[in-house]
Amino acid sequence: MVSKISKKIYLFLMFAFLYIPIVVLIAFSFNDSKLQGVWSGFTLRWYIDLFKDAEILRALYITILIAILSSVISTIIGTFAAIGIHGIKGFNRNIILNLNYIPVLNPDIVTAISLMALFRFVKVEFGFITMLLSHIVFSIPYVILSVLPKLKQMNVNLAEAAMDLGATPFYALRKVIIPEIFPGIITGMLLAFTLSIDDFVISFFNTGHGISNLSITIYSMTRKGINPIINALSTLMFVVLLVLLLVINKRSDEDLKIGGN
Amino acid sequence: MKLKRAAYPYIVWMMVFILMPLLLIVYFAFTSGDSQSFLDFTFSLNNFKRFFTPTYLKVLTRSVNLALLSTIISLIVGYPLAYIISKEKSKRQNIMILMLVIPMWMNFLLRTYAWLTLLGRNGFINNILAKIGVSPLNLMYNNKAILLGMVYNFLPFMVLPIYSVLTKIEKNLIEAAEDLGANSITIFRKVIFPLSLPGVITGITMVFIPAVSTFVISDLLGGGKYSLIGNVIEQQFRVTGDWHFGSALSIVLMIFILITMAFTSKIDKEKEGGGGGLW
Repeated sequence: MVSKISKKIYLFLMFAFLYIPIVVLIAFSFNDSKLQGVWSGFTLRWYIDLFKDAEILRALYITILIAILSSVISTIIGTFAAIGIHGIKGFNRNIILNLNYIPVLNPDIVTAISLMALFRFVKVEFGFITMLLSHIVFSIPYVILSVLPKLKQMNVNLAEAAMDLGATPFYALRKVIIPEIFPGIITGMLLAFTLSIDDFVISFFNTGHGISNLSITIYSMTRKGINPIINALSTLMFVVLLVLLLVINKRSDEDLKIGGN
Repeated sequence: MKLKRAAYPYIVWMMVFILMPLLLIVYFAFTSGDSQSFLDFTFSLNNFKRFFTPTYLKVLTRSVNLALLSTIISLIVGYPLAYIISKEKSKRQNIMILMLVIPMWMNFLLRTYAWLTLLGRNGFINNILAKIGVSPLNLMYNNKAILLGMVYNFLPFMVLPIYSVLTKIEKNLIEAAEDLGANSITIFRKVIFPLSLPGVITGITMVFIPAVSTFVISDLLGGGKYSLIGNVIEQQFRVTGDWHFGSALSIVLMIFILITMAFTSKIDKEKEGGGGGLW
């Protein structure tokens, strides 16, 4: 009995720890005072200010544009790569997979500065293109890691049977393999999309010429002092991401039902 | 199979965007010079010599200490949480895991920034204290605030892998131990905990790596006074412009991470009889 109560208290404390900062952040986005921590009535003016703020809107546009472009491009490259890697066996496969793991395991800051060094080496100007390329670089490994298990589940003979029956490899790919691994592709793309939206460190090092995404804008705002517009923005982003999360979660539930394991 | 060829473009991509950048960092670390042309750099070990001075060794010690402490705290606080969740009914399990993940979907910077609202001099906690007549506390801009930020941001990375291993433990093993007369403490000590070690190891790496390399948490919650190795690297690349020294520091950081991973995967192998590590 005692252990049951202490378990409940422990769970309550843990989730309170995780949620209190977020609840406070959201609550103060409706606070009619610039001072954080002093409640002076309900207002929506920070939300109105937010939509008048050209800098933030531009950052939002860049964030979404980069997230869409990088997730689509990395999904295409990653899916083809995964299909190829699936066919490679032995030592070479291990080398490829380990190389692929490097951006996943390396600290963000190391990935960020190493790409920065590469872009300076080939003398690309820092800006939109370098930020986009860096996002594609760190997203592809995640796409590959979500597609590979689906390829493993697929019946090996299907594609070969199609090719024996005269299908070209490309036709077999389009009509047999892609439909079979489609759930994995979508999961990988959503993962790439959210990683891109959430990224700060890699974007911070690989941007230039006044191109900044939301994370970079938030970072520079936090240094200037606390501003409730950030709270309003974070509340909106949180709600949008929450909806996305629920969609993904529903998807993976359906996958489980269809896949049977 | 002809489909192998589909991987060739990505192999080239990895050479250019993964391998080559790392080689460039190594090249930068072992050279010096400030000319624009990469070929004019001269070989030098000065960057590493500079690292082995008290100032930077102190920064490294502080980073490793804080990262280790935050990993240990996350493990102590996170393991029971993973254990409790894994014992719930499957529907409740899913809801609780979802609740654990949701905060991670808030922008990392904002999550950290939220603590400023709570702990700042005019923050939430000090305001409540002021109402009951307590003078404001200095909760921000110290090592404890950084530690709190690390645990807060990375705790789910500890809980999730442990939870997923715990749910895979076969019930038969626990029942067998019960039948043989083991009490619940012995079962935990001799059966459950050893079997959950792979999850613990993954959790440790997933908390330690981002914690030891962070510069955002120390920047926001430490107020720039308590710089970690991540902050020094950031300054070298963004402010000072000494990429050579910055690269040398990154290599030191990577070596530290490799040592941690080698160490943890060794424990894993000893206990598991050769379960595959991450590499």
